[in-house]
Amino acid sequence: MEQMSRFARPYQISPPQRHELSIENVSLSFGGVNALSGVSLTVTPGQIFAIIGPNGAGKTSLLNCICGLYRPQRGRILYGRHNLVETPTHLLPKIGIARTFQNIELFSHMTVLDNLMLGRHVHMKKNILTAMLYWGPAEQEEIRNRQFVEHVIDLLEIQSIRKKQVGALSYGLQKRVELGRALAMNPGLLLLDEPMAGMNVEEKEDMARFILDINEEWGITIILIEHDMGVVMDISDQVAVLDFGRRIGLGTPDEVRNNPDVIRAYLGEDHGL
Amino acid sequence: MTIIDTMPKLLRENARKYPNRVALREKRFGIWLSITWAEYLKKVRNFALGLQQLGFQRGDFVGIIGDNRPEWVITELAAQALGGASMGVYQDSTPDEVLYLVSQADLKFLIVEDQEQVDKVIEIWDQLQGIEKVIYYDPRGLRNYSQDYLMAFPDVEALGEQVDAQEFDRQVDMGQASDVAILGTTSGTTSRPKVALITHHNLISMGKGLMSVDPFSIDDEFLSFLPLAWIGEQMISIACGMQAGFALSFPEKAETVQADLREIAPRIIFAPPRIWENMLSEVQVKVQDADRLKRWAYHRAIQFGYYLADKRFQKQPITFSERILEHLAKFFVFNSVLDQLGLRYVKWAYTGGAALGPDVFRFFHALGVNLKQGYGQTETTGICVVHRDGDIKFQTVGLPMPGAEVSVDESGEILVRGDVRFAGYYRNEKATQEAITPDGWVRTGDAGYFDEDGHLIVIDRAKDVMTLHDGTKFSPLFIENKLKFSPYIREAVVFGGGDYPFVTCFINIDFGNVGKWAENHQIAYTTYTDLAQKPEVYDLIRKEVERTNADLPPSARIYRFLLLHKELDADDAELTRTRKVRRGYIANTYQEIIDGLYSDKDSIQIESIITYQDGRTAKLTVMLRIDTMPDVLTPALQT
Repeated sequence: MEQMSRFARPYQISPPQRHELSIENVSLSFGGVNALSGVSLTVTPGQIFAIIGPNGAGKTSLLNCICGLYRPQRGRILYGRHNLVETPTHLLPKIGIARTFQNIELFSHMTVLDNLMLGRHVHMKKNILTAMLYWGPAEQEEIRNRQFVEHVIDLLEIQSIRKKQVGALSYGLQKRVELGRALAMNPGLLLLDEPMAGMNVEEKEDMARFILDINEEWGITIILIEHDMGVVMDISDQVAVLDFGRRIGLGTPDEVRNNPDVIRAYLGEDHGL
Repeated sequence: MTIIDTMPKLLRENARKYPNRVALREKRFGIWLSITWAEYLKKVRNFALGLQQLGFQRGDFVGIIGDNRPEWVITELAAQALGGASMGVYQDSTPDEVLYLVSQADLKFLIVEDQEQVDKVIEIWDQLQGIEKVIYYDPRGLRNYSQDYLMAFPDVEALGEQVDAQEFDRQVDMGQASDVAILGTTSGTTSRPKVALITHHNLISMGKGLMSVDPFSIDDEFLSFLPLAWIGEQMISIACGMQAGFALSFPEKAETVQADLREIAPRIIFAPPRIWENMLSEVQVKVQDADRLKRWAYHRAIQFGYYLADKRFQKQPITFSERILEHLAKFFVFNSVLDQLGLRYVKWAYTGGAALGPDVFRFFHALGVNLKQGYGQTETTGICVVHRDGDIKFQTVGLPMPGAEVSVDESGEILVRGDVRFAGYYRNEKATQEAITPDGWVRTGDAGYFDEDGHLIVIDRAKDVMTLHDGTKFSPLFIENKLKFSPYIREAVVFGGGDYPFVTCFINIDFGNVGKWAENHQIAYTTYTDLAQKPEVYDLIRKEVERTNADLPPSARIYRFLLLHKELDADDAELTRTRKVRRGYIANTYQEIIDGLYSDKDSIQIESIITYQDGRTAKLTVMLRIDTMPDVLTPALQT
């Protein structure tokens, strides 16, 4: 019963693996368009790392490279001992990387709980035989995973919609559920693509608090793309600025804010083309 | 053997008599977890001794800010065990309100729930005086806070665990019935809240009085979902709960109350009118969405239910065939409706805190819920007049309870005295003298009278009763409640009387229900403001106003109304924390709109300032339509 205390951490179920992420000289092009050219970054465990930049700067492309949706033509992305450029996508959750999308990608006819339990799928090891029998090992496993999911529900304060169909929820709540599903995978590194897009002031504030909680309480490293500069500057430890596929700035929010290149990119001066 | 005359003594007695029965129940991670009476006592003992180690002395006060959780009541009992008292602060209070209350009551410790509350305290810390420690019981987000006055709840318990347990018993034995047990904050409809001192004797007498009317037992269930800072919640949860020994359950979250009600299926429920009105709206809306057969069955059953309820109100005998039909209606319809609402096993249901409209009242009786009106206020320990089983009249609030003496003075003001009378306002001799007459009566400030059967009828706050142009006295609350019977109307504020030639009102639409209605009628809208100003919505509400007017005497009929661009909100000080309309404040703030209502314009333009949760403000310019009911030609207008 002790682990049910408010003061217990969910790690007691299974601690996430965290590694340093280093992106080395990554280049990605589509035909003649260079989406990324020679981008290098290092994200240390436990950081909230923001990637910002004007539209089409290559932010989502970089995120897609990390999670294996795109394969860069040059460069390496190292996470622990894995080179993500060569890792099959389906292995990423096992390595401890999860993400959310700019447009919500949930199973809208399933309940919130089922969507979250799906996030635990990677951690279910029982074979088809024990699962068919259900009682015994498979049941135990289900209970353990449900317990983990309940911690996610508690963290994101979505108790009241546990059994609601995802399709019937508001946009802001669906975003939260999507974040929840990513968390259910128990990642060490979480990639968030515009978690606050289309939200009102209060929803944004809630989301910012959840991101901080995930980072502080669960110790998860977070890489996020976000357009709301107020939020980015408030919650990030490090900020990287991309413009036309190149990294033009890197540092703490204050450093980035005063970086002349960044100011130029955002004020829309010519790029020497 | 000491006499059991304080709450901590009752706790100790319960732990002795039923150590393994459930005292508190809380839903965590989707599972109901129980705390037995023995564990409850142990937690109170440890926390109390911990507080003592931190410097709590007899007569000190603690403040509690947070949702209803076991830690809330544990803190309350711990403070009482040490000869002190607790004051609940509504969890949605703004930092300024917290500052005001803390300084009014000279609190020594603050026990707060989570980061949200801690942040509030940090914001006002420099202005707070006398607070020694701020103790939190939900650590999320607080791990990196370094303020040295912050402390975690379990750390205080651990501190207490090292102290000899006999010290706790010694402290409890020193407690007396006349000690202050809780500091109740008055609702503040007319002024800023005052701090009322309520003793153990008050609480115990109140509980005994109510339970002599309705004998609660240890097997009853109660879901504590209204703010414990409110005296109404303290009444059943603490005053009755400690004496009857029934289990207290706390909802998982404020938003899950409806689901938790279903799971707990309480036998006792106490809720202010707003909750009953919401339940009614929910049923009405769900019935509209149901298929034809279900709709037909519901309408047949509820018609019969109304017929039976009216018969019972008039104390007419129910025939055998009617009884059979009643069982059928229950079996086919009412049981499932009540099950959805979590009211299936309710034996005693109460409404209090404000007047409940007669229509809502009749509705629940038609469903077979034993809903009773109660009347009281913080100064009379929550309740002093209540309906008896089988003697319910929906226009009255019932008969005085044992332990309370109620009378009406020549000016028509209701007076109360007896064991439930509070001990005075804290450090406010002037207000105490104004509130208590030399012969010991509490002036309630409410206007009322007794009917021929000795039932008390409360008209309204004495200040609010209006004299219409033709000389009749009328209560705005009565009209508002009639309006609020509509599922589309959430709040209404009626103006009239005095210098005003006719009656007008503001209406707040129910965003959820009207939104749904708009969707069904293919009306596109964006925000609350946008929806409220749709001509179709005006037509919809107009019908509700017509329905209300049909039941009102001609001079009290609503002549002009408008739909407000925003929902009245406690954060904007338009409602009290118990969600009562602050009429005076609204009349001041919305003078412009009221002037518009009494002009001949069809619409007015106003600027409104919106405050977000974080205190930031934004300015909006809105056009508000005003609708006129041409049939209501008041004599004043005709001349």
